[in-house]
Amino acid sequence: MSAAAAYAAVFSAQFRTLLQYRAAAIAGMATQIFWGFIRIMLFHALYLSATGTPPMSEAQIVTYVWLVQAFLNLVPMRIDPDVRQLMRDGNVAIELLKPVSFYGIWLMRAIAARAAPTLLRAVPLLTVASLFLGLAPPASVEAALLFVPSLVLGLLVSGAFVTILHLTMLMTIGGEGVTGMGMALVLTFSGNIVPLPFFPDSVLKVVYLLPFRAINDTPFRVYMGHLAGPEAYWALAHQVVWVLVLLLAGRSLARWGLRRLVVQGG
Amino acid sequence: MESLRLYLAMAGVSMRSQLQYRASFLMNVWAQFLLAVTEFVGVWALFQRFDQIMGWRLEDVAFLYALVSAAWAFADGAAGGFDTFAGTVKAGGFDRVLLRPRATALQIAGEQVSIRRIGKLLQALAVFTWAVHAMDVQWTCGKAALVVFAVAGGSALFYGLVVVTATICFWTTDSLEVMNIFTHGGRETAQFPIFVYDGWMRKLFTYVIPVATVTYFPAVAILGKSDPIGSSPTFQTFAPLFGIAFLGAALGFWRYGVGRYRSTGS
Repeated sequence: MSAAAAYAAVFSAQFRTLLQYRAAAIAGMATQIFWGFIRIMLFHALYLSATGTPPMSEAQIVTYVWLVQAFLNLVPMRIDPDVRQLMRDGNVAIELLKPVSFYGIWLMRAIAARAAPTLLRAVPLLTVASLFLGLAPPASVEAALLFVPSLVLGLLVSGAFVTILHLTMLMTIGGEGVTGMGMALVLTFSGNIVPLPFFPDSVLKVVYLLPFRAINDTPFRVYMGHLAGPEAYWALAHQVVWVLVLLLAGRSLARWGLRRLVVQGG
Repeated sequence: MESLRLYLAMAGVSMRSQLQYRASFLMNVWAQFLLAVTEFVGVWALFQRFDQIMGWRLEDVAFLYALVSAAWAFADGAAGGFDTFAGTVKAGGFDRVLLRPRATALQIAGEQVSIRRIGKLLQALAVFTWAVHAMDVQWTCGKAALVVFAVAGGSALFYGLVVVTATICFWTTDSLEVMNIFTHGGRETAQFPIFVYDGWMRKLFTYVIPVATVTYFPAVAILGKSDPIGSSPTFQTFAPLFGIAFLGAALGFWRYGVGRYRSTGS
């Protein structure tokens, strides 16, 4: 079996496992719609008392909020409990016996863990939100065509970043500290909690360089046409660069970590 | 009295066991702190663009946020046993609890007291300190007591919500993700003054799940704001009692649920 087939198998196994939880998906959707309402009402109140011109119109905020909810699972909220278990009981040694790249398997697992629930949630939520809740269609054909690759690149950044967090557990066992910090960074600086254009301009200079905007801010604003023309292409280039950097960093970290790995007996 | 001693003994064991891994524990506290801080970064960023929300400035909202966060930190830290109750029911662990000649709620409550939530509490304290510095409020003993009362009422309420969620497991075995709307949704909603939300949302969190009631009204009294909802000062002072009443009702529901318990037999 070629290595590619092995990775595909890891991906599809993880994917199909997650697709089993359909009832949880429906409950999750109700929760997310509720969440969306909270956000939209909050922004509505803010706009009522606004004095200057906000960086997005209120209609755009509504669209942004529903995109965040529909693609919420792109954002890694916690580390994969299976990976933590592997570390705790020492079964990570078995992973090392597999005749394919250790990093490759973990990367595939992480990407599938984001992609499966995203697919499951995004389709129904986008449908409901565009029919009843004010989600606008993509700004233009060009926006729609750029949105798809941008979303995939966002998925890759997310997966590669989580894999790095997982790899840090090779060194710390507990790992909650480093991973907790990682999640916190993603949530804030991906534009998940508050759309990035609302941050002060001085902060944005730095935030726009970080990889995290690739996960939410770039694809969603491309969709809305808030990033268009050369700006949109630059944002996609930013995504591509970070995918490559994170992949290379992850692979080096895996090599380095495995050299000094101490397996917990059990 | 004897139950209290027993509870403290159980909680002590739980806390000491977490302190065994000191480095991991400190990292955990740190991660909790950071996650909480980034959550507040979102609020901060919004107020850089919109300098007030219907007359409430950043420091006012920060004050309310700190009350809710502190209440949540206490409840979430202490309610671990109820939080993971679905697992206990699924594994048949509740049979063991029933065999012991002590109140079931007491045993579950003492099972797990996670002190890493101190991280969250520290963040609430930091936000609180800053808010108190930034605003000019004439502090009196009465106001200070009301802060403590509001946090106590809020903790009781959140604890009650976790107990209700756990009790539902007697019927459903698995935990209901929809309950997150009330627990996490309530926390999220209550972090902003309740008048920013539309009618139904406001009613839900004022009357049905009085999360906003126990924190918003005391905050209005302490900050010396005029309340657009039009509550009386007496009501604002005694509002946290609703949280304690809610916990009482939740424990009543728990006792009723225990009567309906059927073991999974595993």
